[in-house]
Amino acid sequence: MTGDEESDDKSRTFVFTDEGHTLGNVLRAVITSYPEVTFCGYTVPHPAETKMHFRIQTSGPKAIDILMRGLKDLAQICDITLQKFDVRTHPGAGVQLSLSNTDSIY
Amino acid sequence: MKLDNAFMEFDVIGIDPSLINAFRRILISEVPTMAIEKVYISSNTSPLQDEILAHRLGLVPLKANARLFQRRLEGDSEGTDRDTLHFQLKIKCIKNVHVRYGHYRPEDLYINYEVFSSNIRWIPIGEQKNLYKESDIGPVYDDIMVAKLRPGLEIDVRMEAVKGIGRDHAKFSPVGTASYRLHPYINLLKDIEGEQADLLQSCFSPGVIGITHTDKAYVINARDDSCSRNIYLHEELNDKVVIGKLKDHYICK
Repeated sequence: MTGDEESDDKSRTFVFTDEGHTLGNVLRAVITSYPEVTFCGYTVPHPAETKMHFRIQTSGPKAIDILMRGLKDLAQICDITLQKFDVRTHPGAGVQLSLSNTDSIY
Repeated sequence: MKLDNAFMEFDVIGIDPSLINAFRRILISEVPTMAIEKVYISSNTSPLQDEILAHRLGLVPLKANARLFQRRLEGDSEGTDRDTLHFQLKIKCIKNVHVRYGHYRPEDLYINYEVFSSNIRWIPIGEQKNLYKESDIGPVYDDIMVAKLRPGLEIDVRMEAVKGIGRDHAKFSPVGTASYRLHPYINLLKDIEGEQADLLQSCFSPGVIGITHTDKAYVINARDDSCSRNIYLHEELNDKVVIGKLKDHYICK
């Protein structure tokens, strides 16, 4: 991103194409929770463009490493959520489901 | 948790709002389904203009597992048996010659005067006949009205359904809607009895506040509350009740 040439690799703006608020906000929430991150924010500069700018500034580690860690942690959070959802919705899980038909149409 | 074919309500406890919102956004605009994208009209003498008819057909939800199909490549106008489903809708309204004297309702006078989604027929192409059962492909609901006809009017169209996502067009969205809300809570700090109990009950949705046989109010089910702030209208109740929302308990629909 323009302007990053002079800063060191502790602060970076990454540009995601074909992404928006769906990924931006949740990734921001994950990354701001890291203690070594001093700033993290995202913006969708124009609603008609499917682009998302993602800014990370840290107090030490490389911004790109933090981004990778954030993406991996997010994937893991999703996996755990999905796994818990599957356990609870499984017909044999002993959960009381008020359903007429367990077969999904999709 | 409530669940059936077309509806689901479940609780998620202890995760960040941004994550639950991401799931909601993904459900609406990024989970792929199949929908009618192209309509080739051989004949349309119905009261609906061609483009209105095509639009209505596009919105008909289809049951076809989108995981089994590929997205059609951009610029491909033909499609293959792996990314396209073909359908046909051919129907003509005629007079019912056996109508009995004194019967004037349209369903007595005419045959095929209403066109439903059940009239849409799947035409297997390529390998599709061996891969999918007739019951797996077609409109989800049989009772969606597409058009109305009068004797002599007909619709004869061929349709192509492709895979897409809700961001491109709402017809590809697999959900009617997806939403979440926070679980409400109502804490009664002091005993509320008699007339005040009735007043308290009237401040909340039905079934939220109950009254015991000793005329004492208690919370039956805060979940069903509409989170109205009627309670603040009555100053005498203000110091006895706290209402709010649990910050990490989501009810998803």
